[in-house]
Amino acid sequence: MQLQQMYQEIILDHYKNPHGRGLRDPFDAESFQVNPTCGDEVTLRVHLVDDVVKDVSYDGQGCSISQASTSVLTDLVVGKPVGEAFEKLDAFVELMQGRGKVEPDEDVLEDGIAFAGVAKYPARVKCALLGWMAFKDAVARSQGAA
Amino acid sequence: MTTTAAPLDVAALRADFPILSRTVRDGKRLVYLDSGATSQRPTQVLDAEKAFLQQHNAAVHRGAHQLAEEATDAYEGARQRIADFVGADFGELVFTKNATEGFNLVAYAMGNAATSGPEAARFVVGPGDEIVVTEMEHHANLVPWQQLASRTGATLKWFTLTQDGRLDLSDVDSVITPRTKVVAFTHQSNVTGVINPVDVLVAASRKVGALTVLDACQSVPHSPVDFRALGVDFASFSGHKMLGPSGIGVLYGRRELLEALPPFITGGSMIELVKMEGSSFAPPPQRFEAGSPMTSQAVGLGAAVDYLSVVGMERVNAHEHALTVAALEGLSAVKGVRLIGPQDTVARGGAVPFEIEGVHPHDAGQVLDSLGIAVRVGHHCAWPLHRCLNAQSSVRASFYLYNTLDEVDALVDGVREAQKFFGVA
Repeated sequence: MQLQQMYQEIILDHYKNPHGRGLRDPFDAESFQVNPTCGDEVTLRVHLVDDVVKDVSYDGQGCSISQASTSVLTDLVVGKPVGEAFEKLDAFVELMQGRGKVEPDEDVLEDGIAFAGVAKYPARVKCALLGWMAFKDAVARSQGAA
Repeated sequence: MTTTAAPLDVAALRADFPILSRTVRDGKRLVYLDSGATSQRPTQVLDAEKAFLQQHNAAVHRGAHQLAEEATDAYEGARQRIADFVGADFGELVFTKNATEGFNLVAYAMGNAATSGPEAARFVVGPGDEIVVTEMEHHANLVPWQQLASRTGATLKWFTLTQDGRLDLSDVDSVITPRTKVVAFTHQSNVTGVINPVDVLVAASRKVGALTVLDACQSVPHSPVDFRALGVDFASFSGHKMLGPSGIGVLYGRRELLEALPPFITGGSMIELVKMEGSSFAPPPQRFEAGSPMTSQAVGLGAAVDYLSVVGMERVNAHEHALTVAALEGLSAVKGVRLIGPQDTVARGGAVPFEIEGVHPHDAGQVLDSLGIAVRVGHHCAWPLHRCLNAQSSVRASFYLYNTLDEVDALVDGVREAQKFFGVA
């Protein structure tokens, strides 16, 4: 069934038990992102120490895809140097914009590969990228302020 | 709702809409419950567009050759039939690219009034003046007024909603005051289907000399509408929501107002005399139709109006009412479903918005889509309405003359399926 291809168990698990959720201190920058077509929103904070992502915390309202992908994001980038985190970001964006034709690398994206099925639904790609765009923006803001 | 007309023969009607017999998502029967966003077009409309393009296509209002004459006749003939359909005179209808452009036309023309002749004085808006809208509006009839207020220094005011999603008209005179220049409101909410008391708002506006602007996008396609009888000053609606093409909308304006209203978009076709030092403008409706207009779309919309007239708007309305009753009954019987807006069917059209506890509307829409059921999810271009009714977003099923009670049942079953899939049932 197509639906299961999209809503992999991993996605539903992250949706029901999100990792890293809640806004925390300390943080260096915050980003608010909204999906204007559905009103889904996320507020996301980053805390960087010596160019390493020390914490990502977030709060928001959204569908299972946007919430789960933000949860996966925190697993992937917290503890990583910013450069490596951005490599994962690029890989995730490439996967999501690939219309289902990009083969994801599990070593890079770990649970993120579960979103390969979502990439076949153009209307949902923005959902999957919401938290990631907030992360990108928050890091840029923190570096701009430094 | 009482009607003596015979019920619709929906099976026969559906045969006119080829798209309704296609399948989606691996062979699922299409259940199209998104006509509030855009309606489907019958063969009669598609054929009219094609026949125009194959036999009569030419630029209208220019050229003296036979095709130019035929194209102009087809274009203006469509205007006449659409005018008849909504209780307007020929010269009171302006073709726009969509309903949104119609609202912008009025808002921008009002903004231009300050630098136009004395005949436009009644449209001038400035500091100290008030513009009134409602929290129920589609963004199309809200943002242009916010912008007019910010460009002119006028104050934007609005009617809020009651808990069940109707306009709170408990204190009309404190919202519409002698300072009010324009009152813009929807005839029928695109989210909840609520039908507003146009008479109350027109009377209050007239009392203070304010202009009324009606969003008729969801009323004209679904019920008999007579702008003259309603007494509104302006109204805007779109072709694609009433079995017609996209790329065409209609602005209605009372003749004396259109005659005094300055132009919005300027250029060819809308002029009377052009000199290097300046230009004068054509009378309405041409004054508001700058540039080469859409033609096959106008012809298609004319055919859509013909189609609806043959079916009969009373019958369309009665049919949709029956579907709405069934949907409200079916959905309210599902535990965990919250209907947004009125729970009853008094003064409401065929749109049913709802939330499912524990299932985000986007996810619910995805499950429904996997079953072949097309609904709208999100805020439906009415973000303030959703905030007002404590909903982040919603699922909206909307009906038209070609929908069936079976399709309502499919929707209700699909909602249960979504609950099962997300483990909340």
